[in-house]
Amino acid sequence: MPNSDTGTQVLRVEGLSKSFRMHHLGQSLHAFEGVSFTLNAGEFLLLKGPNGVGKSTLLRTIWRSYLPEAGHVWFTHDAGRIDLARAADVDIAVLRRRDMGFVTQFLIARPRVPAEEIVAEPLRKAGVAQIDALEEARRWLSAFGVKRDLWRAYPTSFSGGEQQKVNLARALIQPPRLLLLDEPTASLDAGARAALVARLAELKAAGVAMIGVFHHPGDVAAMVDRNILLTAKEVENVAL
Amino acid sequence: MTVMERLAPQLVTGAPLLTMSGISRRFGAVVALEDVAATVWPGEVLGIVGESGSGKSTLLRMMNLEDTPDTGTYHLALPETPGNLFDLDRFARRQLCARRIGIVYQNPHLGLLMGHSSSGNVAERLLIAGERSFATLRAKAKGALEASEFPLTRMDDPPRQLSGGMQQRVQLAKAIALEPALLLLDEPTTGLDVSVQALVLDTLKRLQRDRAITMVIVSHDLGVIRTMADRVMVMRHGRVVEEGLVDQVFQDPQHPYTQELVHAKL
Repeated sequence: MPNSDTGTQVLRVEGLSKSFRMHHLGQSLHAFEGVSFTLNAGEFLLLKGPNGVGKSTLLRTIWRSYLPEAGHVWFTHDAGRIDLARAADVDIAVLRRRDMGFVTQFLIARPRVPAEEIVAEPLRKAGVAQIDALEEARRWLSAFGVKRDLWRAYPTSFSGGEQQKVNLARALIQPPRLLLLDEPTASLDAGARAALVARLAELKAAGVAMIGVFHHPGDVAAMVDRNILLTAKEVENVAL
Repeated sequence: MTVMERLAPQLVTGAPLLTMSGISRRFGAVVALEDVAATVWPGEVLGIVGESGSGKSTLLRMMNLEDTPDTGTYHLALPETPGNLFDLDRFARRQLCARRIGIVYQNPHLGLLMGHSSSGNVAERLLIAGERSFATLRAKAKGALEASEFPLTRMDDPPRQLSGGMQQRVQLAKAIALEPALLLLDEPTTGLDVSVQALVLDTLKRLQRDRAITMVIVSHDLGVIRTMADRVMVMRHGRVVEEGLVDQVFQDPQHPYTQELVHAKL
């Protein structure tokens, strides 16, 4: 569970570098180099920079969908700290279940699984009874404006916006210690955007540390504690 | 620059359920497996991908003790199985497989007696493990068929009268009848219609979630592996060329072969 004591360090990124070795091109594609910053409980950090500069890549490297080439990502959990850059895969799987959340623009839906079960799944995995998990899932689907008659339907057939709402409800149903947000408002209508911002404010107040990339940074302006500007070769810390 | 070595687990402190190391196997001049190591943690789903002939099914059959390697060791962290499982005699192997390991083959003929009743096929597994009461056998077989979402109205029909999807459910019921510690799946949905495939995967997902069964699933279908597995091992020419979390291997593949495989996916 998140630590409500703001000021406690959750993440310390040191000299993180990533490029992609493309064997069929016989070359490496540079993403970013030497990124360093810290993030405390209850802090909201906004990643800025032009398209293609590596903002999403940085989030995915912290999440470990991408393997970094150098640097450290020190993450503080209940029993100490661990370097996400080198942690064993099984440890990353544990942390993703327990302590970290990631919201992307893309829904990872499974065929023939109803929306409410997709949303309830993180709670089920955490040991909450099916009936309670589903009730909570319906509450969040409703909060994000997913119509009641879609709750039992399969999100694989939903529109982009509706899929995104299911995605958000699932990602935010259980407050993590660290939340990574990759353009979560991209395909949302005004109502769902407002619901999302309200939920993020609640999570921030509860001590969740957040790093986000936003298409419309104005949506979250009131929450942002620090900006990080990624430029072509380096990262600049810009204080507000 | 290359990626950094990963550390030993710190948060997961128990022992892995399955540990194989140094597995090599030749069939004449053909190298089927070359110094393969595999680890599977309790409750985890490990996917194995690779093209035909990469050795993935041979490795799975060794996990089911159907074949032994020229060299290498195999341990399961179970109270009754200390030591290398390849050293067990035939009887002990058969008992261990019946009680603790379940398997679903791509070809149902390998796993089922096609002319016996479906419930009888499931009960056979229970008989080998020593169950003798007819009432218990039938009740347990029924429970396993139900958990595999097999229509009970057809439990007395022989598999040869069933569709491919239903035959796979009978295999699955047989595999889980004794609540195995390890469930092995060899291309379990290959050859099924897409809609039937989704239903079978659903059943497997639900079993995994509700019972936390440790699974190893072999498939050449990356979609199946992405849906089912937590971690994936990529095999080629009898070797493991890459291993990692499913999203990582598919989004940031390191080995030239894995990059080819991922980029070739429709």
